[in-house]
Amino acid sequence: MILDVKNLSFRYGTGRTIFHDVSFSLDKGEVLSILGTNGAGKSTLLNCIANLFRPASGEIYLEGRAMSKMKMREVAQVVGYVPQIHTPAYAYTVREFTVMGRTPYIGAFAKPSAADYEMADAALERMGIYHLADKAYTEISGGERQQVTIARVITQQPKMILLDEPTAHLDYGNQYRVVQMIKQLSDEGYALIMTTHNPDHAIILNGKVAILNREGLLSVGQAADTLDHETLSTLYRLNIKTVYDEDAGRNICVVC
Amino acid sequence: MDKTKNAPAADAPAPAPAGRVGPKGVSNLSQAHYRLFFWGIAGLLVLVFGASLALGRYSIPFFDSFKIVLSRIFPIPVTWENVPDAVVMDLRLPRTIAAAVIGAALALSGATYQSIFKNPMCSPDLLGVSSGACVGAALAILAGAGSFAVQLGAFVGGCLAVFVTVLIPRLMRNESTTVLILSGVVVSSFMGSIMSIIKFVADTDTELAEITYWTMGSFAAVKMETMLPVLPTILLPLAVILLMRYRLNVLSLGDNEARSLGINLQATRGAFIICSTLISASCVCLAGTIGWVGLIIPHVSRMLVGSDNKKMLPIALLLGSVFMVLIDILCRTITAAELRIGILTGIIGAPFFVAILVKQNRNMR
Repeated sequence: MILDVKNLSFRYGTGRTIFHDVSFSLDKGEVLSILGTNGAGKSTLLNCIANLFRPASGEIYLEGRAMSKMKMREVAQVVGYVPQIHTPAYAYTVREFTVMGRTPYIGAFAKPSAADYEMADAALERMGIYHLADKAYTEISGGERQQVTIARVITQQPKMILLDEPTAHLDYGNQYRVVQMIKQLSDEGYALIMTTHNPDHAIILNGKVAILNREGLLSVGQAADTLDHETLSTLYRLNIKTVYDEDAGRNICVVC
Repeated sequence: MDKTKNAPAADAPAPAPAGRVGPKGVSNLSQAHYRLFFWGIAGLLVLVFGASLALGRYSIPFFDSFKIVLSRIFPIPVTWENVPDAVVMDLRLPRTIAAAVIGAALALSGATYQSIFKNPMCSPDLLGVSSGACVGAALAILAGAGSFAVQLGAFVGGCLAVFVTVLIPRLMRNESTTVLILSGVVVSSFMGSIMSIIKFVADTDTELAEITYWTMGSFAAVKMETMLPVLPTILLPLAVILLMRYRLNVLSLGDNEARSLGINLQATRGAFIICSTLISASCVCLAGTIGWVGLIIPHVSRMLVGSDNKKMLPIALLLGSVFMVLIDILCRTITAAELRIGILTGIIGAPFFVAILVKQNRNMR
């Protein structure tokens, strides 16, 4: 197992508990989509797994090692994180931005080597965006920035990739392309976790689904079995039907 | 959006590499561009350094001033009189070295703060180092201490102020950058009030005048003996920042992103803050408070070679030296009485900064 989450709970300071008794595991090549309403704590859970937030209780194991006993750079060699699209304060070139994925392998007084830059270039090429390499990261489109950030996480060579709402702020076409990209990465053996507001994306990925309900409890299952009329309607408090479409070859969610 | 740009994610299972548009690895063009600026500005520094030795109320031929300095190292036949020798060696050389070092140091610590606080408008005294140093120096002046004690007071005051600033977020158990900046604002403002009290109780004829002049900054009083003990606390942290400068790129992405890339945020940011504080406090104790350099020079450097700190920091270092030596030359040449350095950096710096901002905004559109 790449990831084992055991009885995890979290609260901000002494405030209300966001989630509790969360347990699940993820192996290489598996995708987990986390669904939940606004404010349910999807991103909080993702940030705990990314080693950004410290859980109130429970433990996260990476390849059998307790994360709380690992150094930041050791965690970063296993877990890669793709934050939501944002604009940084400084106009680094796309290549400079991508090579920062090598940071967990670079000493405190060192700079990225020629080999590191080659890995960054290879990742950009793999994403088909090598032509952007010398452009300023601040001046490319949101969709392109998302792709560059994924190129950076590939450069980081983690075993597991976490994506915080990777389809947010993207147009319809780019949303679909990102989901396909995630599917492709899982075929290559990465374990992936993403948060999303669109149950259709979880159905397309056809992996595991975790639903964080309003009580802060997480239920995990296979997308095909879990995402039905009852579960989705309860989660979003709407009448949601799933319809099988011949052309798409999968279920589609429809609000009635 | 262009369809080819998104080709990989679409239907193709194994995306074909897009056509290469440049050489692999670090672009050779931008590397050459950087070298050109680096050596160009380094050459400029040698020129203004020489000019600084030659120019002033007692003018000395440009090459003579060089020869006088070099004669201390190489056997050069003496063709000049004693007066120019004394002027260069005892007066102008120390102040020129001080100006060059302090200009470089302030530019570098400004650039460091701008990266770790993700804001190009940050200056080195964001966490209260200057206001703390002023209080320390003013207290020493009030106590009637000598110039060495004033230096020491400034250094200790500056470091203490930053220490308090860093302590507040710890007490709040909130290590975010925003809280740290807020804490800096509070401490600076508090130190400002203490400064007002000191000025209020100071003797208006002697102490108040000395405190006021001191805060305006000057290289006129710098001597070799007073400079040497301070140099290590400037040069060592300077070297550490230069060596660690790649980490500044990662820190400038934001707290969470830096941590997810394996950076130990508290330790790394802490090291940069300690280095910057030592630099700023040492600069203040040598030459008083000098504003604007830490803000303008990193901006200009970014315009020349881009935001990447690997290239930007060495350029800022050299450019800071050139700028400060030039300002110091102006201070002692444009009027009969010597101007204070802090006055000129403000008068030249503020309009210059506006010009940069206007130009940048034009380019963005």
